[in-house]
Amino acid sequence: MSQLLKIEDLDAFYGDFQALFEISFEMAEAETVALVGANGAGKSTFLKCLTGLLPTRGQRILYRGNNIAGVPAFKIARQGIAMSPEGRRLFPSLSVKENLMLGANVGRKGQWDLAAVQALFPILEEKRDIPATLLSGGQQQMVAIGRALMSNPALLLLDEVSLGLAPVIVRDIYAALPKIRTGGTAVLLVEQDIGMAMQVSDRMYCFQEGHVSLQGVSADMTRDMISTAYFGREKEVQ
Amino acid sequence: MQISRADSVRIGLLSVVLIGLSMGPYWADRGTMRLLIEAFYFLALAQLWNLLAGYSGLISVGQQAFVGLGGYLLFTLTMFAGLPVLLALPLAGILTGILAWPTALVAFRLSGPYFAIGTWVIAEVYRLSFAQISSLGGGSGISLPTDIVRSMADGRSARESLTYWIALAIMLAVILGIWALMRSRVGLGLGAIRDNEEAATSIGVRTTRLKFSVFVGVAAMTGMIGALIFLQKLRITPEAAFSVNDWSVLVIFIVVIGGIGSLEGPILGCILFFVLREFLADLGSWYMIILGVISVGIMLLEPRGLWGMLNRKRSLTLFPIARRSPKLKSLNQDTP
Repeated sequence: MSQLLKIEDLDAFYGDFQALFEISFEMAEAETVALVGANGAGKSTFLKCLTGLLPTRGQRILYRGNNIAGVPAFKIARQGIAMSPEGRRLFPSLSVKENLMLGANVGRKGQWDLAAVQALFPILEEKRDIPATLLSGGQQQMVAIGRALMSNPALLLLDEVSLGLAPVIVRDIYAALPKIRTGGTAVLLVEQDIGMAMQVSDRMYCFQEGHVSLQGVSADMTRDMISTAYFGREKEVQ
Repeated sequence: MQISRADSVRIGLLSVVLIGLSMGPYWADRGTMRLLIEAFYFLALAQLWNLLAGYSGLISVGQQAFVGLGGYLLFTLTMFAGLPVLLALPLAGILTGILAWPTALVAFRLSGPYFAIGTWVIAEVYRLSFAQISSLGGGSGISLPTDIVRSMADGRSARESLTYWIALAIMLAVILGIWALMRSRVGLGLGAIRDNEEAATSIGVRTTRLKFSVFVGVAAMTGMIGALIFLQKLRITPEAAFSVNDWSVLVIFIVVIGGIGSLEGPILGCILFFVLREFLADLGSWYMIILGVISVGIMLLEPRGLWGMLNRKRSLTLFPIARRSPKLKSLNQDTP
């Protein structure tokens, strides 16, 4: 499979604080990769680097062979990286449909349009004229994912999809993942629920304090390996 | 295109008001016309500020910079370049837009409350600069020479009618322009920026360019209105031209009490403002205090202003901008 994303030695800073240290990361086209790690491990920071929301000028983030480090966020979105951000970040003054339509702003053609997204999450058609933030948490998450899909991304980033949602709703949302994958969209998902992450992904990365602490094929991983990588040595000491 | 009953009521109401207003010079006396001209340019300024603050999230308290620039440019173009007034008017707007470009470069380095303060400071810099130009009267200002005034139209009443129609035309152009903009994809992008700029940029909205264009476009229209204001007043001083009270505080008052983020709000706010002014103007500084108390009261009761109060269910609309789905529209019509 051809390479979609290749990152070597990525560092990221918030002012003087270094959040990521020499991250090396790879993804193939149409692959689903899970990124796990404790709070503050740098998962969301990593996604911000990919989408251009954090400065990465002068580094190397190869996306389909082109370096996108330092490219403005709106251009990266137009090249096909879309994110459903942590906390969903919907536009409260706009309706569900308007939120979705904004995703099509980048003008990329493909299988995802309003009808396709509404077919994926039928509730979004029913609620289309309601202000997006009046929906339930799970429905809002569907809007956020739908909005990202509307741009027909080659790489879909899902940040903490299950955050604050009931397990049954999380399952509903993840049920949509196979349909997203069949279109050839690669998915990088950040997830606190390790079981879910292992189940849906091809490969996994675990971050710990800004470093990659574990990576490999999801099917080969055990919970022990992950919890060691997740919590570091302290776990073994206890 | 099918026209619903609500649409035909809306169109009928608007046409009656429009025809009435455009016949103004034939039914209104001089005092009323002067008042209406003032109402037109205040409403246009309010709609423009609403486009900046209510629709794009750019809270500026420095719009007087562009009112003043437009006014001074009109005087400069007619007095020194010898241009006819009717040409100088739009040109003053265009030049104000061009001067707004470097202004925006400075102001856009700031964000949120700092942006607001920054725009005010920039406006003060313009005021102090124009007070230094002695050929424009320096700090004491200058009057428009009578031959320039006379060249506009034959006689005072013809001139006043012309000014009236120009003011009405500018106001309508502003309202209809903003309406069309908000119905377009650009309007959707602006709404996204106001709600969450980071989320907007990460779904491909060109946030900086869009905000910049809105700021410069609003400045150009504001400049043209400024030119009109001082064409009517026939005299300009730095204090009047760059007055934060007249061109920012009162304009913000109109938008806030009327209802920010809607096209109807500033219209209501403008009507209320002129009613209040008629009754309270004699009270001196108490007038400003009362205006302040009213705006604080309205903000506490209903942050979406008078229009928000009247329209709690969000079902009324004079200028529909939401992108409704056709299917739902027909559902609404079925229910009695």
